[in-house]
Amino acid sequence: MKVTKYVITGQDSDVLPSDIALKIYELGREINIKETCFGVIIDGEEEDIKATVEEIRAMDQSNIFIKDRGFPPGDPRRCRGHRGGGARPGFYMMQYESELLPLISRGLASEARGEEAPPEAASRKRPGSEELEEMIEEEFS
Amino acid sequence: MVKVMVYPPTSMILSDLVERTGHEALVVSKEVRKKVNTPSLESPPLNITPEDPKKGLKYAAVDVPSGVRGRMALLGPMIEEADAAIIILNDRCTLGCTGCARTNELTRFLLRTKRIPILELEYPADEPGARRFVHEIREFLEGLS
Repeated sequence: MKVTKYVITGQDSDVLPSDIALKIYELGREINIKETCFGVIIDGEEEDIKATVEEIRAMDQSNIFIKDRGFPPGDPRRCRGHRGGGARPGFYMMQYESELLPLISRGLASEARGEEAPPEAASRKRPGSEELEEMIEEEFS
Repeated sequence: MVKVMVYPPTSMILSDLVERTGHEALVVSKEVRKKVNTPSLESPPLNITPEDPKKGLKYAAVDVPSGVRGRMALLGPMIEEADAAIIILNDRCTLGCTGCARTNELTRFLLRTKRIPILELEYPADEPGARRFVHEIREFLEGLS
């Protein structure tokens, strides 16, 4: 079965979409590649894609993100070139998550170094009625 | 390998983190792929047939808007297949096909009532939050296997 995936590079990554495309060409598998501004779209047989994904991820473990896509690249039902322009429906979700990628990349890098996650800051709770009474007595007595 | 449903069901960050740990992420694009890649299209441009809203009837009554039933025809089988789930609470990014608030409510409800391991958390806003986010997801996923 044919599988399509997005390969998205984080903003902190030194890897360019063209580097990923070259890497895939070097592997010599039967995979269609479409370069985009955020990464590449790859399309091919499931086994080839699975093996390729591992090799692409190894280029920059914490800065390359991979996501499934339903439609093949350039499909006229989704491609904006055929539909007369405008963002395709999934663009906004990807745009929102792309802004978070530098944070997630730093989180992944910190996990890879084995660092402990910082504890959550204690949330400020509202004083109870007894505490309020004490505060008022202290302030005005 | 455990099948982990992610919510929002098109999330790139969650599906990537799930597949990094060797589990299978259940995302809506895999269901859409089955609809658009079948050799013969019964109902162009997508292979949505009258049978699909009937599948949705299992999860939402007939008086519920057809959009909810149509979406549940894709999401319902994924929920049934799921062995675990990760739910994002501050899902302000859902739009278009994932932007139906009633479907999203129903999806979260069905996941919560399915009695499977669930991790609920928010998208991080700063670096310490992101480190906790990644750490919690990794711990949750490693605990599943």
